[in-house]
Amino acid sequence: MRGLNAVVSAQNLGLTFKTNDGDVVALSNVNLSINKGEFVSFIGPSGCGKTTFLRTIADLERPTSGSLTINGQTPEQARKDRAYGYVFQAPALYPWRTIEKNVALPLEIMGYSASQQAERIRRTLDLVNLSGFEKKYPWQLSGGMQQRASIARALAFDADLLLMDEPFGALDEIVRDHLNSELLKLWAATGKTICFVTHSIPEAVYLSTKIVVMSPRPGRVTDVIESDLPRERPLDIRETPEFLAIAARVRDGLRAGHSYEEVA
Amino acid sequence: MNQLQFFLALVSGGVSAAALALSLFTPLESALLLKIFLALGTLSLVRFLVPLGLWFDGGLAVLGAVAVLLSIGVFTPSPSFLWMALVAAWLFAWLFVERLSKTLAPGLSDNAGLGLLIPIMFGVSILVIWEVVTRAGNVPQVILPPPSMIWGRITASVPTLWADFQQTFLKAVLIGYLLGCGLGFVVAILIDRSPFLKSGLLPLGNFVSALPIVGVAPIMVMWFGFDWPSKAAVVVIMTFFPMLVNTVAGLNAASSIERDLMRTYAASYWQTLLKLRLPAAGPFIFNALKINSTLALIGAIVAEFFGTPIVGMGFRISTEVGRMNVDMVWAEIAVAAVAGSVFYGVIVLIERGVTFWHPSVRGA
Repeated sequence: MRGLNAVVSAQNLGLTFKTNDGDVVALSNVNLSINKGEFVSFIGPSGCGKTTFLRTIADLERPTSGSLTINGQTPEQARKDRAYGYVFQAPALYPWRTIEKNVALPLEIMGYSASQQAERIRRTLDLVNLSGFEKKYPWQLSGGMQQRASIARALAFDADLLLMDEPFGALDEIVRDHLNSELLKLWAATGKTICFVTHSIPEAVYLSTKIVVMSPRPGRVTDVIESDLPRERPLDIRETPEFLAIAARVRDGLRAGHSYEEVA
Repeated sequence: MNQLQFFLALVSGGVSAAALALSLFTPLESALLLKIFLALGTLSLVRFLVPLGLWFDGGLAVLGAVAVLLSIGVFTPSPSFLWMALVAAWLFAWLFVERLSKTLAPGLSDNAGLGLLIPIMFGVSILVIWEVVTRAGNVPQVILPPPSMIWGRITASVPTLWADFQQTFLKAVLIGYLLGCGLGFVVAILIDRSPFLKSGLLPLGNFVSALPIVGVAPIMVMWFGFDWPSKAAVVVIMTFFPMLVNTVAGLNAASSIERDLMRTYAASYWQTLLKLRLPAAGPFIFNALKINSTLALIGAIVAEFFGTPIVGMGFRISTEVGRMNVDMVWAEIAVAAVAGSVFYGVIVLIERGVTFWHPSVRGA
C-alpha cells in the first residue's frame, strides 16, 4: 500500500502541544497513506486533530513523534518545493488586492513571468467560474465567491496536492452543495490529490474516495473507509442506498470514537 | 417639520418680531437694512400657515449677517435690538443648516457640493458672531481683535508671514516630520525583526517621548544651533515615538491565516513584509502620520520660544505678544491653523488613496 504512489505517508505520527496548562496531545499514533489522485476527507468532532493533521502535512505544525513524508520528502522540503496548495477555513484574500491580483500572489512570490501569470489567472478563474470578476475587490464579492477565489489562488501554481481545511464551513447549505459539485468537477478535470477536512457527513461521503474518521482526546484515526461510489456523482446520489450505507458507517465510526462521559 | 425645526422657526421669528418692535423707537431711515431684515424675519412666521422653502431661511441668514455688520456703529452704545437681530440671524442660519442636512441625509454622496455648504455656513457664522461681538461690544483688542482686523494684518504683512512660514513650516516642520516619521518607521521594522532590539529600543523610545518639550528644546538649541535644525530636531523627537509604536502594532495586524498563507508559499521574510505586513499596517501608519502632522507644527512653534534667529512663527508670536501686537499673534495663529489643516488634509487624501480597502475608508 505504501508504494511509490503514496503522496502523503504518516507512520506513528504524534503531535503534542506544550501549553501553560500542561501538554495537549493533538495527534497520537496516526498511520495513514494517501495515494495520488485520491480525494480524502477527514471527519470528526472538533478537537479530533483533523485540522492539525492537515497543518502538519503543510509544515505549519511540526510533529513531535513518528514520521511524515510528502512525495517522499520531509514536510519542510515539500513546502519549500511548493508541493501543495492550501485552502483555509476563511478565504483570507488580501483586501488591498483585486481578485486577479490575489490569484497572482503565489505566482509573484514564486517568480512567474507576467505572461505566465496572466495565462494562469485566466485559466484558474475560469476553472472556478469567476471569469469577469478579475477587477473586483474581495469585499465586493459574496462569501461563496470569495472562497472560490481562494481555491483559484491555491490552484494557480499547479501543485499536485490540494489541502482544504473546512473551506465551505462558513457557507450556507445551498451554496455549499453547489460548490461541492463544482469541486468534484474540478478534481476530475485536474486529477489532483485532495485532502479535505470537514465536519459534515454528507459532504465527506459525497466528495471522497476515502474517508478518514477521527476522534478526540487524543486525536487519532478510528476508521478509514474506502468509498466505492462511482467517480461521476450527481447531487441526487445522496439518496441512494450505497451512499446511505457509507454515511451510516461514518456515523458509527464517529459514535465509537466518543467516550460516554462526553456524550452525557 | 420636526420638533427642533419647529422650535427654531418659532424662536427666530419671535425674536425678529420683538427686535422689530424695539427698533421702531428709532428714526426709520437709520439702519434701514436691519429693519428690513427684522421685518422679513417676522414675516417668516407665516410658515406655520404656508410652507416656506429652506432657501428662504438661507437668504434670511445671509441678509441678517450683512445687515447686522453694516449697522454696527450706527447707534452708540449698541441697542438691544442689534443683539437680538444677531441672535435671529444665527437662528435662521441654524434652521437653514438643519433643514439642508435633513434633505441631504438620504443621498449625501451625490450632493457633495451642497454638503460643503453646511461647514461653510458654520464657519462663516462663527466669524460673523466674533466680528459683531468684538466690534459692537467694544471688546479691547488685546483681549480679542475682530476677524476683519486680523485679516487686515495678514494682508498687510504677507512678506513677514511668508518668511516665518518658510522658516518654521517648510524647513523645521517638514524636514523634522519626514526624518522623525522615517526614523520611527525604520526602527519599527528593526524592532520587529529582533526581539533583542524590541526590549532595548522600545523602552528608550518611550523614554524619549516622555521628555517635556520645554526641557528638550533649549538643549537642542545648544546642540544644533539657533537656526531651523534645532527645531527640526525637536520635531523628530516628538514624531518619532507615535510612528514607532503605531508601526510596530501595524506590523502585527495581519491575521494568522494571512501569515500561514505566506508560509505555505514558502515566501521569504521580505516578500511577506512587502506583500502582506506593510499593506496590512497601512491604516496604523497613516494614523501616526496624521497625529504627527499636528504634533510637528506644535513642536516647531514652541521650540522657537527657546532661541531662534529673528524669523519664524514661534519667534514672531513670542515677540509680538511682548509688544501687545495681538493682531499679529492672531495672524500667525491663523496661518498656523490653515497650514496645519492643509497638511492634515493632504495626508488624509493620500490615506484614502492608499488604504481604500480598509472598512473605515470604504465605509462598510
